Amino acid sequence: MTDPKIRVLVAKPGLDGHDRGAKVVARALRDAGMEVIYTGIRQTPEMIAEAALQEDVDVVGLSILSGAHMALCPRVVQLLRAQGMDDVLVVVGGIIPNDDIAPLQAMGIMGVFGPGTSTGEIIDFIRRHAAR
Amino acid sequence: MQLADDLLAGNRRALARAISLVEDGGAGAHAALAALYAQTGRSHVIGVTGAPGTGKSTLVNALARVYRRLGQSVGIIAVDPTSPFSGGALLGDRVRMRDLAGDPGVFIRSMATRGSLGGLAKATADVILILDAAGFDRILVETVGVGQAEVEIASAAHTTIVVEAPGLGDEIQAIKAGILEIADLFAVNKADHEGADRTVAALHMMQGLASSSASGGGHHGAQSAHGAAPPEPGPQPDGSWLPPIVKSVATRGEGASDLRKWIEIHRTHLHETGLLAQRETTRARAELEHILCDELRSRLLARLPDGRLIELAAAVAHREVDPYSAVDRLLAEQGLS
Repeated sequence: MTDPKIRVLVAKPGLDGHDRGAKVVARALRDAGMEVIYTGIRQTPEMIAEAALQEDVDVVGLSILSGAHMALCPRVVQLLRAQGMDDVLVVVGGIIPNDDIAPLQAMGIMGVFGPGTSTGEIIDFIRRHAAR
Repeated sequence: MQLADDLLAGNRRALARAISLVEDGGAGAHAALAALYAQTGRSHVIGVTGAPGTGKSTLVNALARVYRRLGQSVGIIAVDPTSPFSGGALLGDRVRMRDLAGDPGVFIRSMATRGSLGGLAKATADVILILDAAGFDRILVETVGVGQAEVEIASAAHTTIVVEAPGLGDEIQAIKAGILEIADLFAVNKADHEGADRTVAALHMMQGLASSSASGGGHHGAQSAHGAAPPEPGPQPDGSWLPPIVKSVATRGEGASDLRKWIEIHRTHLHETGLLAQRETTRARAELEHILCDELRSRLLARLPDGRLIELAAAVAHREVDPYSAVDRLLAEQGLS
């Protein structure tokens, strides 16, 4: 029996096409020994929830630079819960104003990472909070 | 087993969990497979392999769309490599399969190789069984981008498609041993790029050499000396199969219908010639042997007294005994000589 790996879905919901941040994080998580499923840009919350289900991931990481995080993030959480994935850790990275952090956390987005966050912080957070 | 019941009832979450279970191995995996095995053996399994960047994912996407238009359900397994350094993996095949999102007749699962070197993960065959039990009509298995010798897919799939692209090599590459030998079908993808016709010609040439050597330089050899047309691809009068060569431009879906047509002809061929049953038995035998070896290995290692292996290893390292004699000694101690 092999060690269960932490599986992470990295997705970019919404319409902005800036995926460099998502790729940097995906690469860092890979180097930290996680299995990262990268789905690319312009994903709808429905696509993300469906991919998370099929891939049976422990973590969903969203990257949003468009400012639409207050609409998109809770929608993803809602859809995940609707299909019984209550134990999935949802985190978001991007340009998130400080004032939005507490409301996002209240909506079930446990980790919120703004500009300047080191990849090490994100890795630590996932290792501490992922269900597996 | 509740999970198996839910899976058979069509619950996609249960399907995803069952796949994780067999992927992680151990007792849970064995129980899931035992509960589902009787429901397997109905899907046709199609392997898609080839060098990195030939367009395997895009081709899988295009093929799945053709099958969906015909109302057949499709399970997809996409394998990407695990880093030998970190043990992590970046699985990116879904990026090319976004056309299939939201379709309840499609289920895509990405797998990391987790140390396997044959182009698939150790558990890929078991994941195929899970998708089979879930009732998918066709299962598409995309290997990692392979070099020349990763041929495991041929024993896992019923029909193997080897994807080539222009500009990857000359005629000598085409007659080397390895992945070209396992093809039931060739797709020359990116056929809109320069050099596609040369790639097709190189594959034809390879097939010409094979058929003239198979007939011992007899009438085939004489025919080709006179420049006669090569034999039609597909089922041959002697019951063998000549792999068709199909040009495709997967990004535009071109060639996918043709590929599907040949897959189905190959499937019929396997059924009619009895090759399918034969392949299944061969595969089952290899699998039994593999599981038996794994089991014996772990049971034997568990039985050895603590430290005995290290002790003997030190003796070997100090040249007090050679490795073969050391193993003989170990087996004798366990009453297995």
